[in-house]
Amino acid sequence: MTKQQANWSPYDNNGGSCVAIAGADYCVVAADTRMSTGYSILTRDYSKICQLADKCVMASSGFQADVKALQKVLASRHLIYQHQHNKQMSCPAMGQLLSNTLYYKRFFPYYSFNVLGGLDNEGKGCVFTYDAVGSYERVGYSSQGSGSTLIMPFLDNQLKSPSPLLLPAQDAVTPLSESEAVDLVKTVFASATERDIYTGDKVEIVIINADGIHRDFMDVRKD
Amino acid sequence: MSKSAVDIPPKGGFSFDLCRRNDMLAKKGVNPPTYRKTGTTIVGLVFQDGVILGADTRATAGPIVCDKNCEKIHYMAPNIYCCGAGTAADTEAVTDMVSSQLQLHRYHTGRESRVVTALTLLKKHLFNYQGHVQAALVLGGVDVTGPHLHTIYPHGSTDTLPYATMGSGSLAAMAVFESKYKEGLTRDEGVKLVTEAICSGIFNDLGSGSNVDVCVITKGHKEYLRNHQLPNPRTYVSSKGYSFSKKIEVLSTKITPLKEKVEVTEGGDAMEE
Repeated sequence: MTKQQANWSPYDNNGGSCVAIAGADYCVVAADTRMSTGYSILTRDYSKICQLADKCVMASSGFQADVKALQKVLASRHLIYQHQHNKQMSCPAMGQLLSNTLYYKRFFPYYSFNVLGGLDNEGKGCVFTYDAVGSYERVGYSSQGSGSTLIMPFLDNQLKSPSPLLLPAQDAVTPLSESEAVDLVKTVFASATERDIYTGDKVEIVIINADGIHRDFMDVRKD
Repeated sequence: MSKSAVDIPPKGGFSFDLCRRNDMLAKKGVNPPTYRKTGTTIVGLVFQDGVILGADTRATAGPIVCDKNCEKIHYMAPNIYCCGAGTAADTEAVTDMVSSQLQLHRYHTGRESRVVTALTLLKKHLFNYQGHVQAALVLGGVDVTGPHLHTIYPHGSTDTLPYATMGSGSLAAMAVFESKYKEGLTRDEGVKLVTEAICSGIFNDLGSGSNVDVCVITKGHKEYLRNHQLPNPRTYVSSKGYSFSKKIEVLSTKITPLKEKVEVTEGGDAMEE
C-alpha cells in the first residue's frame, strides 16, 4: 500500500489588511471588510474589528474561523476578569492576555494576525502588534495581513519610530493629530486596494479617544 | 542507439536542458520564480454582423497586481483578434508568432486570412508543447466564410461556439452569457452584454479587475475600444498629499572617470601555428 497523506488542511486564508496608529490621546484602528478565499469573495461586508474592552479593540486578518474562536476566548476571559476585579481590563493587560492566549496554542496555532489598539491607563494611544503564536511588541503604528507588505514601508517612511533599544525608552506614539492619522489610514487603504487583490470593498475605521469609540466607513475599489 | 543521434544540433523550439537541474533544485527546496499570470476574464460572442471580444485589464503575480491596465486582446490579422489568459509571456509569444505566420501566408496567397487558419496554427503549437505553453485563448474574427468564434485550451483542444469565456473569471462571465445571450443581437446590445460579462468577472473574481477592453469585428471593419469602461477609479486622494523628502545622507563620494582611449599593447604569447 502506498503512503497515504492528508490532502486536507484545517486552515484557510481569508485575506484582509489591518492597520493601527497610536497618537498622544487617541488610537486609530482600521481594517477592510472583504472576506475572501482563493480567487472568490465570500462577503464584502465582514467586520474584522472586535471590541474587547471599553478602550481596547482588536483587528484580525488571516483565517476568520480561528479569529472568531480567538475572540470568543478573549471575551470569556474578559468576563471572568470583570467579575473578579469589578472593572474593565486595560489595553496593556489585554495585550498580554492576547499573547498568552496565542502562545497557549503554540503547536496548533490560531491562524490569525492581530493588531490591538486602544488607550493605556494614562489615556495615551497604544498599539500592540502580534505574530500568530504570540510574539508581541508595543509600537506606535503597525499593519498586519495580506496588504501589510505594501502598507508597512509607507508607514515607516511617514512615521519613523524610535528604536526600542534606546535608553531611556522613547515614547512610541506618532506625532500626528487625530484627523491626520485618519487621513493617512484612508490613503494607505486606498493604495493597498490598488495592488493587493485580497484587500477591498470597504474600510472600517475605529477611532478611540477620551470621548469613547467612534466608528467610520469608507468605500474602496470593489474589483 | 548510435552516438550521432545525441550530437545532432537542435532545430529550434524551446530548450529543456535545465529541466532536470530545476527538478533537483525544487526537490531541495529552491523554488523557481513565479510568472506573471493574467488571472483573467476574457469573453467573446457572435452577434448579427460579426463577433465581439472583451477582456479585463488586470495582470497579477500571486496576490499582487503587477499591471492595472494591460492589454489582453491581441492582434492576429486585420480581421482576426485573440484574447489571451494564462501566463502573460506565453499568450503574447504565441499570438505574436501566429500573427507573423498569418502575415507571411497573406503575402504568399494575396488573400485575407481565415479564422480557421489561425485556429489550426495555434492549436498545433499548443498541442506540441503538451500544455506547457500556458495559453488559454478566445479567438474571434470575420473572414470570407463569415464570423467565427473559438476557444483554445492550453493542451490544444478547441471549441467552436456562439459565445465563449475563458480565464479565472470565466464562470462569472458565463453566468451572464447563459442568462442573457440570444441569437441575432445588434452591435450595441452585443457590446453591452460583453461589457456586463467582463464586469461580472472584474467584480466577482479576484484575479480580474480594473477596466473593460472591447473589440468589435465586422465584415471588412473592426473597432478596438481600449478602456471602453473604467469602473474602478482611485477612491481616495489625500487633500494635502504626501512627501517623501527625507533624504538619505551621503557619507562619501568617489568618481572614477572613464578612460579617454584604450591602448592596445602588443606582446604576450602570440598564437603559434
